[in-house]
Amino acid sequence: MTTETTAPAAAPIGVAREGNWVRRIPWTLIVFLVLATVPWVGSRYDTFLAEQIAIDALFAVSLNLLLGTTGLVSFGHVAYFGVGAYVCGILMKTYEVPFIFAFPAAGLGTALFALVSGYFCVRLIKLYFAMLTLAFSQIVWAVAYKWNDVTGGDQGLPEIPFPDLDWMSAIPGLGDLRTNDQFYLLALAIIAVSLAILHRLVRSPFGRVLTTIRDNPERAAFIGVNVRAYQLAAFVVAGTFAGFAGALYGIFSRGVFADFVFWSKSAEVMIMAILGGMGYFWGPPVGAAVLVWLSQKITAYTEYWPFMLGTILLVLLFALPGGIVGGLAALWNRIQGRRRA
Amino acid sequence: MLEISDLSKSFAGFRAVAEVSLTVDTRQIAAVIGPNGAGKSTLFNLITGHLQPDSGTVRLDGRDITGAPPYRLCGMGIGRSFQRTNIFPNLTVFENLQAAFLVHRGRGRNFWSLAESFYRDETAGLLASIGLAGQEKTIAGTLSYGNQKQLELGLALASDPQILLLDEPTAGMSAGETHDTIRLLQRIAEERALTLLFTEHDMEVVFGIAQKIAVLHQGRLIAEGVPDEVRNDPEVRRVYLGHGLGHGH
Ligand SMILES: Nc1ncnc2c1ncn2[C@@H]1O[C@H](COP(=O)(O)OP(=O)(O)OP(=O)(O)O)[C@@H](O)[C@H]1O
Ligand SMILES: [Mg+2]
Repeated sequence: MTTETTAPAAAPIGVAREGNWVRRIPWTLIVFLVLATVPWVGSRYDTFLAEQIAIDALFAVSLNLLLGTTGLVSFGHVAYFGVGAYVCGILMKTYEVPFIFAFPAAGLGTALFALVSGYFCVRLIKLYFAMLTLAFSQIVWAVAYKWNDVTGGDQGLPEIPFPDLDWMSAIPGLGDLRTNDQFYLLALAIIAVSLAILHRLVRSPFGRVLTTIRDNPERAAFIGVNVRAYQLAAFVVAGTFAGFAGALYGIFSRGVFADFVFWSKSAEVMIMAILGGMGYFWGPPVGAAVLVWLSQKITAYTEYWPFMLGTILLVLLFALPGGIVGGLAALWNRIQGRRRA
Repeated sequence: MLEISDLSKSFAGFRAVAEVSLTVDTRQIAAVIGPNGAGKSTLFNLITGHLQPDSGTVRLDGRDITGAPPYRLCGMGIGRSFQRTNIFPNLTVFENLQAAFLVHRGRGRNFWSLAESFYRDETAGLLASIGLAGQEKTIAGTLSYGNQKQLELGLALASDPQILLLDEPTAGMSAGETHDTIRLLQRIAEERALTLLFTEHDMEVVFGIAQKIAVLHQGRLIAEGVPDEVRNDPEVRRVYLGHGLGHGH
């Protein structure tokens, strides 16, 4: 498996140079600008789809900081998504706290929870680590389901208010958008900034240290890495950004419900990361886009979505082990190689 | 100076290392030898914090380091290589060494700068000195076996150790590679004023470069001294009967 950071370095110098003009185009910015036009050029349904994809993309990238970068397989990542959703939802609905405070508070609350649960999780390795993350997510689910007074129990917390977006209406061109669409633009901006931060983090010295842990924790300890401390740091960062994704999702869904935190959601986000390619920063967002789009298309025609999901996974594991982005990268390198020859 | 006293370790009742005491002076080149299963790797793992000893102490320059975790020991100047090659196989050769520099120089907490721009010169210099210049962009796991061993030595050196523990640095190498590796080790130990403690099955190598030799047998230290003393020790001769001590393997 090659990682996002190693891929450019691994390419022969000639290839890298030839690909330079392609690389120099700010693709990320273009993608976000295009996505921002959806409320104008697309239908309400398109906006709905784009928002779902964007939120899942952030969720999947946060998981991939553990999965692809640090080599930690978490089966309970949805717990942090859920805590973020509940903290933000409860603050905004029950206590009428404005979004501008409730949203950071959701990140802080999730970070604290990730710090405490992660402290225990990183003490275990491999399958035991995975099982403990699953256990924590089941605890969060049980609390969400049973603590009626605070979480609304099995009824959930419906009708979470939209943030106050009057300031946006004052901006020329945005005034006549529906509140839904205005919130979409706000969420998109928050997600773009979050992804930019995570991208930077992955390519930083801290991110490099995480990749050494993924590759070989024993050796990492012997170049001086306090493995558990770094794993915990990655766990908290990943949890916090999952919490941000969850907070946005609660408002987007107009409610927070216990089944947001059901364990199968952890599997779903893991499939997104693997489908897109967990060796690449932009793999999980691609996986999120494909999976959300497919699930919408397929459930419109058949009820056999789980069956389709299984088939997709099978094909993926055998035909495209590097995920979609991994497959595309291999194809691109081959084309470049042929052109050079 | 590394002082090991009365170090013991059992695995489920089996005494893998029993009451071993050994001193390695600063800048000395010392070897631990012994038949397969004698406890050499276990002894190294006890010194470097991979295993907790049942009893006994390890001191470095008078300071008790018994059972300290590897990442701490690394910061205190102990570097090591492993019997089974132990590198970062999915990172490039450059990234392997650079990561070691980043951690050793305390940059690991920097989460905002671009990793690529750090310690390029240091990394290039070290690559040249371990004989891997020109391989920067190779994925480490695809290197030849001998080159991986060289890279592992580089990983240990990046932390600027005072003392290097090498568990069979030439295991699995061809005669030519072994020769090169030993010359490289001698040169680096000289340049960096290192203390070396290594295990090795190749007696020619051991008697060729070690200033001090310790012999382990079934977890116990049965002899210790300068090469000539050890070569003529009756018990060592008995353990190594027929192996022709000092005349190749
Ligand atoms: N983790 C472990 N659990 C149980 N027994 C072990 C463990 N590690 C080592 N041993 C046993 O302890 C003894 C010493 O092993 P060790 O690896 O230290 O020997 P060695 O001298 O390095 O041998 P070699 O020359 O083959 O590398 C062996 O009998 C081995 O089976
Ligand atoms: Mg051994």
